[in-house]
Amino acid sequence: MTTVTPEPLPTERPRGCPFDPPSGLRDRPRLSRMVYADGHVGWLVTGHALARSVAADRRFSSRHELMRLPVARAGFTGPLPPATPGMFIGLDAPEHTRYRRLLAGKFTVRRMNTLAERVGEITAECLDAMAAHGPGLDLVPVFAQAVPALVICELLGVPTDDRERFQRLAEAANDLDAGLEETQAAMEELGGYIAGLVREKAETPTDDLLSDLTTGDLSFEELVTVGTLLLGAGLDTTANMLGLGVFALLTHPDQIPVMREGPEAVEKAVEELLRYLTIAHTGVRVALEDVELAGQVIRAGESVTIAAQAANRDPEKFADPDTLDLRRDSAGHLSFGHGPHQCLGQQLARVELRVALAGLFARFPTLRLAVPADEVPVRRHADIHGVHSLPVTWDGE
Amino acid sequence: MGIVIDRSLCVGAGMCALSAPGVFDQDPDEGTVTPVGGAAPDPGDPAVRRAVDTCPSGAITLAP
Ligand code: HEM
Ligand code: SF4
Repeated sequence: MTTVTPEPLPTERPRGCPFDPPSGLRDRPRLSRMVYADGHVGWLVTGHALARSVAADRRFSSRHELMRLPVARAGFTGPLPPATPGMFIGLDAPEHTRYRRLLAGKFTVRRMNTLAERVGEITAECLDAMAAHGPGLDLVPVFAQAVPALVICELLGVPTDDRERFQRLAEAANDLDAGLEETQAAMEELGGYIAGLVREKAETPTDDLLSDLTTGDLSFEELVTVGTLLLGAGLDTTANMLGLGVFALLTHPDQIPVMREGPEAVEKAVEELLRYLTIAHTGVRVALEDVELAGQVIRAGESVTIAAQAANRDPEKFADPDTLDLRRDSAGHLSFGHGPHQCLGQQLARVELRVALAGLFARFPTLRLAVPADEVPVRRHADIHGVHSLPVTWDGE
Repeated sequence: MGIVIDRSLCVGAGMCALSAPGVFDQDPDEGTVTPVGGAAPDPGDPAVRRAVDTCPSGAITLAP
């Protein structure tokens, strides 16, 4: 069936619509051969049902050292080093399960819902700061980055006095405009900061996640790694979902009223934004044994790239998939992944997105772009899709 | 036909508690699925079906 010549992963987003997956990606069949950054010939999955079954199938591994990189990162073509203890995103069961069991209790639906009030207060502080500044500003630092950074500080137990330093470091670590050396330096400083924080919490525990974890059986190194993973996986993602989400809403103004229709409407709207934008667009798994898939045989050791953004626009799963429709039922989207590694922080992310987006459009009903949509600087090649900045304005009081 | 829960597979993602909050909850320590109340989950309930469909780990399934 698929005798198409193996091709690299299409990554170039089409000019025009900043939300559409790379042109070329969706012309690929649901399963095809793909050339990886190091020349490995593996596979690419674009169909929803197939993507789901690969992600859920434990014959496919998430181990970093087995995985080939779909595309080079700043010239680096792999291989990745094995995940260190605590970096469970790159581990399989049973190690992976051990960490999930230690952490999942801290991220339950129930626990995250009780956090909603605090997220609301944090959001209100950010919106107050916007109002105090007045119309005409970049929404990314004051809102999209600020809300998730303050929430994660609260969750981890970063002391109030350190929050500015923490946020600055986290921003620098995720700054795509900075060189590799600068971001690495920021990452290291952040790692050092977390190590200090873990030490502090072990000595004088407070009421937060890190303190809780220090009483368990994780080693010091594991605690620092887990802290770093939570930040690495939780901060840039949520910030970009907020930034790109607002951008999408401002360019679909007919949809904005839905954000003011109450909790149920907002819940659905957030799921649709997650589906439509699929900011974490690409995942990789590796076959541990020969696996038959859609009439093909994936050989042991071959990498499979899951193109979540194509899967989330599979017309067999979602009717009229290229339309942003906040009222549709988007359940089953793959924006938080699928299978044992499905996002640990998704219930937190949901609460943040609901509270922050609803809060923004309630407080600033006349919010609009301050520049033409095609002048908003969009990330073109990042692992996480988003905007670099989002100039907005509104009618002042 | 009934609902089968295998907690050894559960990764605490919470899709069940999100989809059918009256039927599934999560253990406060491990985050794993716990049925709410004594009654067995009803496979005819659309919310339960949604939990089965969206559970990422295969911990909640429909018995044949
Ligand atoms: C909108 C925001 C977010 C998106 C789109 C997102 C997306 C994802 C995706 C796609 C995965 C699966 C990776 C894979 O299969 O290898 C994942 C895993 C993960 N996410 Fe998120 N995430 C978000 C927010 C968060 C937050 C707020 C946290 C924590 C505070 C978090 C923590 C994690 C962790 C720890 C993992 C690894 C889980 C594992 O390997 O078992 N994420 N996320
Ligand atoms: S949805 Fe599945 S994996 Fe997630 S908590 Fe419920 S049973 Fe566990």
